[in-house]
Amino acid sequence: MEKITEELLQKISDFKEQFKGAYSIRENGFCTGRQSSPHIHIESKEDAPGLVIHIDSEAQDENVYIPACVTHGDVDDLVYNDFYVAEGANVTIIAGCGVHNDSEESARHNGIHRFFLGKNCHVLYKEKHIGTGTGKGLRTIDPVTDATLEENAILEMDTIQIGGVDRTTRTTRATLAAGARLTIHESLLTEYDQTASTEFEVSMDGDDSSVDLISRSVAKGNSSQQYHSCIKGNCRCTGHSECDAILVDHGTVNAAPELYAGNIDAALIHEAAIGKIAGEQIIKLRTLGLTEEEAEAKIIDGFLRG
Amino acid sequence: MLELKNLVWTLPGGEEIIKGITMHAAPGKLTVVTGPNGGGKTSIAKLTAGLYAPTSGSILLDGNDITGLDMTERAKLGIAYAFQMPVHFKGLTVRDLLEISAEDKLDEGRLCGLLGKVGLCAHDYIDRPVDASLSGGEIKRIEIATVLARKNARLLVFDEPEAGIDLWSFTSLIEVFRALREERDRAMLVISHQERILEIADEIVVIANGKVRVAGTRETVLPTLLAEEKQASCPIRTQTAAVSC
Ligand SMILES: Nc1ncnc2c1ncn2[C@@H]1O[C@H](COP(=O)(O)OP(=O)(O)OP(=O)(O)O)[C@@H](O)[C@H]1O
Ligand SMILES: [Mg+2]
Repeated sequence: MEKITEELLQKISDFKEQFKGAYSIRENGFCTGRQSSPHIHIESKEDAPGLVIHIDSEAQDENVYIPACVTHGDVDDLVYNDFYVAEGANVTIIAGCGVHNDSEESARHNGIHRFFLGKNCHVLYKEKHIGTGTGKGLRTIDPVTDATLEENAILEMDTIQIGGVDRTTRTTRATLAAGARLTIHESLLTEYDQTASTEFEVSMDGDDSSVDLISRSVAKGNSSQQYHSCIKGNCRCTGHSECDAILVDHGTVNAAPELYAGNIDAALIHEAAIGKIAGEQIIKLRTLGLTEEEAEAKIIDGFLRG
Repeated sequence: MLELKNLVWTLPGGEEIIKGITMHAAPGKLTVVTGPNGGGKTSIAKLTAGLYAPTSGSILLDGNDITGLDMTERAKLGIAYAFQMPVHFKGLTVRDLLEISAEDKLDEGRLCGLLGKVGLCAHDYIDRPVDASLSGGEIKRIEIATVLARKNARLLVFDEPEAGIDLWSFTSLIEVFRALREERDRAMLVISHQERILEIADEIVVIANGKVRVAGTRETVLPTLLAEEKQASCPIRTQTAAVSC
């Protein structure tokens, strides 16, 4: 494994020399290490680059790591990973991505993840994205997530892009059967001339399913962000989405939340707020001894973390 | 410690809010500023902490003119200000805010000590965001704790600390103020309408209509104030909040 990959892994996960549990590490399109565990089987996909991951019902409180790293320019990595999570399993999937680029050529990772969640299973999905390196070549990460949740399945997605990614197009689609629950916490930071586009499409198709979508983003410098969410309630269900964005410098955010209620018992709420950091927040922190820049950094840090 | 000399603060439109105020807060003493709503008490606190810049007059800390310093510089010199209206943050937790105040990582024991002083159990609060999910009384207590957490605080300014705080916690807050006063190198400036705070004051300054109406020791000022209140002409109040523990 390259040294840069190791450094990226430390930034996007709790990697320390190795992973505990099942894992597969992807470096510039190739596998540099893989391990299954008794209840989590990782195999190569036969018809396309990527993995098929089977998590059986016995898997309880287990982790599976599937990080992907790109370490130089002139790489366009495309990967398809399919997760089959059996009834009643309870796992954490850690799927970060780091793109390092010191060159003039562009570097891109495009991960297409499909989740098939069986009844009553519980999946926590953590994804941290970061771009590093000094080259002018673009660092691009384009994740696509397609999730199918069977009855009473729970999927919690924690996704964060902490900086350095020049272009990102993030697409998340999910369908929920009765009693299934999806929560998504997305934190996104763009700066300089970076752009980010986020698309959520969630369809609640079984009674008592629920969606909670919380997006926090900060657009600094000349960066721009597009946000579109569509929550469809086709049954007795509850949907909540909250889109909060902070603008700094000349950053722009275009947020277009959409709710569709196809049933009298669908209860859908959307909240959105875009604006600069409230001046009083900076003032309070300055009266505690921080400079304006320090105060701004603390507020943004807390906002993206919270 | 703190001296305000002939301080004037005018709004951009020309309206004079603070009309030549001279007063002081001495180390080891608790100075209470009281007076009617809209009289200019919070404006004085904000001028002191550097949130507003005076139109004329000067502000001295330990004899040094700090009128030209900004709020960060004044905070670094030891001016600590608990706002009348605490600020909400999205994301920053109680722990974050107290650690910023203390300029240090705080373990659970220290957080417990700090929040205990304002009647909160640290365990229930440290990871909560300082946002609208906190009740009015809770956020007010956390605001007070941000000042108590300051290591280098030499002038402690509390703007209506009693507001929204229940009787039980208020009693212990009074004890905290008493204990702080014992630290001889610190001065306390407490803005309050509360009789129980006025009763522990060393000095009382009554501000009305942007001016000092009366100032002096508690013994000289309080009896007159209370007599006026009996005639329902003075705005100090006794605590009426319900006990809610
Ligand atoms: N930033 C401001 N812009 C405009 N007017 C202001 C500003 N700050 C204070 N004022 C006005 O100045 C006057 C004094 O306000 P201040 O908040 O100092 O009163 P106070 O004595 O603290 O009142 P209270 O007891 O209600 O807290 C009020 O009429 C207020 O509306
Ligand atoms: Mg006031």
